[in-house]
Amino acid sequence: MLSIQTNHVGHSLIRIEDISKSYNLQDANGNTITNQVLFNINLTIDQGEFVAIMGHSGSGKSTLMNILGCLDTSTSGSYWLSERNVAKLTNDELARIRNQKIGFVFQGFNLLKRVTALDNVATPLLYAGIGRSQSRKQALELLRRTGLENFAMHQPNQLSGGQQQRVAISRALINQPPLILADEPTGNLDTQTSREIMSLFQQLNRDQGITIVLVTHEDDIAAYAKRLIRLKDGHIIYDKDNNTNTTVDKLSRTFPA
Amino acid sequence: MNFLAIIGEALRALRQNRLRTGLTMLGMIIGVAAVVLMLSIGQGAQTKINQTIAEMGSNLFIVVPGATSSGGFSFGSGSIRTLTIHDAQAIAELPIISATAPVISGTAQLNYAAKNWSTIITGTTPDYFSVGNWKIESGTTFTESDLRSANRVVVLGSVTAQNLFGDEDPVGKTIRITNRPFLVVGVLMAKGQSLTGRDQDDNIFIPITTSERQITGNQFPGSIRLMLVQCKSADEMDIAEIEITQLLRQRHRIAKGKENDFTVRNLTALADVATGAAKVMSMVLGAIASVSLLVGGIGIMNIMLVSVTERTREIGIRMAIGANQRAILTQFLLEAMMICFMGGLIGLLLGIGGAWVVSQVADMLIVITLGMIGLAFLFASAVGIFFGFYPAKKAASLKPVDALRYE
Repeated sequence: MLSIQTNHVGHSLIRIEDISKSYNLQDANGNTITNQVLFNINLTIDQGEFVAIMGHSGSGKSTLMNILGCLDTSTSGSYWLSERNVAKLTNDELARIRNQKIGFVFQGFNLLKRVTALDNVATPLLYAGIGRSQSRKQALELLRRTGLENFAMHQPNQLSGGQQQRVAISRALINQPPLILADEPTGNLDTQTSREIMSLFQQLNRDQGITIVLVTHEDDIAAYAKRLIRLKDGHIIYDKDNNTNTTVDKLSRTFPA
Repeated sequence: MNFLAIIGEALRALRQNRLRTGLTMLGMIIGVAAVVLMLSIGQGAQTKINQTIAEMGSNLFIVVPGATSSGGFSFGSGSIRTLTIHDAQAIAELPIISATAPVISGTAQLNYAAKNWSTIITGTTPDYFSVGNWKIESGTTFTESDLRSANRVVVLGSVTAQNLFGDEDPVGKTIRITNRPFLVVGVLMAKGQSLTGRDQDDNIFIPITTSERQITGNQFPGSIRLMLVQCKSADEMDIAEIEITQLLRQRHRIAKGKENDFTVRNLTALADVATGAAKVMSMVLGAIASVSLLVGGIGIMNIMLVSVTERTREIGIRMAIGANQRAILTQFLLEAMMICFMGGLIGLLLGIGGAWVVSQVADMLIVITLGMIGLAFLFASAVGIFFGFYPAKKAASLKPVDALRYE
């Protein structure tokens, strides 16, 4: 094991070892029940990979995603992100990592309500300490590249699902993070829009080398990834390369060139 | 995240919920307005009392003749005429005393043309006007030579002048006092009510010699009803009281161990009591108003707590995109403080407006000081921080994953 670990030092972006996660619940009689959702997961993801974590609901894929995103902590095991032991980081350092190293894309878009697309995209820059006007300038540039500059002053409820998700992706990209975590990003979108969004991820991965970890329960969405990991009941069932991955090269839309 | 950006986020959050922000602010507005209004009324009452005291004349003693008793019945103070004009002159010569004014008084019927009026007549010396802090509206006061010659000259109080003369200028006119003609030499400026509510402007003043000989008469020539004594400095009031007492005991040949046949009253001490009462009143008013400020503060905490719950998901999103606990804490704290600050500002304006209305409608003196405005703001900010902190802390300590999952 030790030798394997040292092999990865220097180029693995994500390395998790023996990660377990359990929740304590109270049943009707007041007894504590331990509900374990992840069992000794080992996983290494290198810079530049496009990984799909698949599984049905309750398989533990979202819990794993939350741990990878530093939104949640594991019950046991260790997690190295860019060779830093996440367990040893303070809350402020975790916030900084979420701000700088990770871009999140969610199923429900999770845009700030009643805040314009422009300001939604600019907000991570504000938390990075960059002034509002500079932040807006960068955000507008990013929206322009996504073809959304005409919607910059629209609020989320005035945008279609695909537009909202593109705003969310722009927001995830604004701090130029090495890693994007996408939790069911196409779950609320129709097939055509889903294809557009997935091709966007492929472009980002291919052209900019951004590592993408995708969580989905749909096989055809997972098919866009280069590596497939299937979870069931908190265990990894398989972890393999996807040699027949779907590509959507014909789409005219280009994203950050 | 820089502070300016957080202020922007907080402002935007408040704007997004105008109704909620407005309603929360209402509690603050009412609280601050009440505090400002109550303080200004209390301060006004205090100022009014101070003015009355200043108008009464400063560093004043009033010396009245003592009581006499016969067959076990006391006739009360002033029932014997032990004080004389000569006592007043002697006291005036004490170095610590600036002036004295002996007074005899009575009532008299006045006539001018077809009008007549009955009022209090005060026989005194020219020093009375400076000791009692009276100012002349027109003409002059009577003089030492009027006093020596017992001239028939009179100074009118403003109310008396108004009643006898209306808009006419009384100076140089002749009125009749109990049918004797008197020349009006001056009219006094209005003073308003005394602390006891007596109208101080309905009276007339003539030389004490004239009064004694021609108007009020005197059973015991030279005796007076009371005298005003003015001390040179407020710090020497205690010593002055002892010196006056000693001098009068000596002049009246009172043996050791016998009681005084006069009473020296320190008017400044009385005034202090009145000022103290006004202070207590304004403190009580302020305390009552503070309760409404407190209730407003609790309202703010309540709304902020609801807001934290309602915006749990937003907090989760902000944390996911890089907000640290301090940024969340600052934003919510700022939101609470802005509500307080804006509410405080509006409340302040409303309070000042309300005070103006009260001063117009109830004809009360209202005083608004910078200190009061500062106090209201300090209080408003303190309420904002105090009641904003708990909800803000609660928001900041949420776990990102729990906040994000919140539906």
